[in-house]
Amino acid sequence: MLIDWFTIIAQLINFLILVWLLKRFLYKPILHAIDERETQIAGKISNAETIELNAKKESDELQAKIKEIDDQRATLLAKAATKAETERERLLEEAKKEIAFFTEKRRKDFKREEKDINKRIIQQMQNEVFAIIRKVLLDLAGTKLESQIVDAFIQRLSELDEDKNNFIKSLPSSSNSLDQGIIRSTTQLTLKQRKAIEDAISENFNIKSELQFEIVPDLFSGIEFIMNGQKLAWSIEDYLASLETKVHDFLNPEKLAP
Amino acid sequence: MDLSPDSIIYWKYGFFKINATIAMTWGLMFVLTIGSKLIVRNLSTEINRSRWQNLLEIIVTKIEKQIEEIGLSDSKKYIGFLGTLFLFIAVSSICIIIPGFEPPTGSLSTTVALALCVFVAVPLFGIEEQGVRVYLKSYTQPTVIMLPFNIISEISRTLALAVRLFGNMMSGTMIVGILLSITPLFFPILMTLLGLLTGMVQAYIFSVLAAVYIAAATRVRKLEPIAKSNVKGAKS
Repeated sequence: MLIDWFTIIAQLINFLILVWLLKRFLYKPILHAIDERETQIAGKISNAETIELNAKKESDELQAKIKEIDDQRATLLAKAATKAETERERLLEEAKKEIAFFTEKRRKDFKREEKDINKRIIQQMQNEVFAIIRKVLLDLAGTKLESQIVDAFIQRLSELDEDKNNFIKSLPSSSNSLDQGIIRSTTQLTLKQRKAIEDAISENFNIKSELQFEIVPDLFSGIEFIMNGQKLAWSIEDYLASLETKVHDFLNPEKLAP
Repeated sequence: MDLSPDSIIYWKYGFFKINATIAMTWGLMFVLTIGSKLIVRNLSTEINRSRWQNLLEIIVTKIEKQIEEIGLSDSKKYIGFLGTLFLFIAVSSICIIIPGFEPPTGSLSTTVALALCVFVAVPLFGIEEQGVRVYLKSYTQPTVIMLPFNIISEISRTLALAVRLFGNMMSGTMIVGILLSITPLFFPILMTLLGLLTGMVQAYIFSVLAAVYIAAATRVRKLEPIAKSNVKGAKS
């Protein structure tokens, strides 16, 4: 007999038990694991998408920031360039001013020094000229230079025209209120010379008051009459002026060059 | 030569007995259950998993997909029954390569038992899905005259299931047995390989047919409203 009913029943039960066992130990755990994995993968994909979105957003923000920084840098560079140019111009201007200042100062110093040297040369020349003239006059004419100067001064007082008129005009009308006139000379004048000068002044300017005589060694070997802020003088300065010019030209030959 | 492993009886007490069919089934049940339990013990829900787990997942997902393709949308509900049918028949067919193993599916008792399971399961799933009345009414479709034919169809297809599986499995074993006595060396190995193929095909056919029957039983209600609305539309 091919069919055994007990075996059929037993196999039925066996099969149902196997169905339960496999459900319990195979399908449920495996399907659960698959489902869980799918959920996890879905979650990971979702997270990845979120992260990607965030990354894209951050990337966009960074790009925008980089652009902003670039713009700022360009603006700052332009500003800095402008400022640097301004500063350069300012410094250049300052440097030019300083150069001009120092050049001018040097020029002035040089002028002053030149003037001092000229003055010393002239002083020395005057002294030398005076010494020579004094010796020549004494040797040839037997007269002293100082007496010749007094004579020349008196002679000049009488020859004054316009200067004399101006001098008289400056004097006050009342002679009583007159200041005392001063005669300055390099050497001591003799009484005779003093008298001659007083007479000449009285005659020329109509002044009666007594004169005061002073000795001024630094005076350019001449004689001065000072009164009421006005001065009349004779010295060899004028004679020396041409000599000074010639000496000056000699010391600065480049000025003569065409 | 034994035509069926039922005739190999290890122990008998009155009506009760333990024959090779039952013993081999227990062996298969043990192997399947313990194997599953061992693999499932360290299940990983991460992307990295063991090769055995991977194998089981492939088998289970393929069965699930096959059930879905046949038309049973809620495949998780049917995988217990249909999957076990397939695995039991497939494993018992594969095990014929083990010397001394008698496939339990080579016994008509086993195939009848499995066919009876399908015979009961189909109306059970059908009734669960659409209720007793609608399911029973499906036997009178399209007319009441068809009722006996439908019932005969149910029985005959169950019988066909049982006999088809038994015939194929038994014939394989029989052919190997006969060839062993004629050409004992090389040819039986080829026939065993052919038997493996036939066994796998039979496992597939049996479970797919069961799935088709269940799908047919559960799908009636879904088609019903469409048919009714079509009739109303035609009347108006």
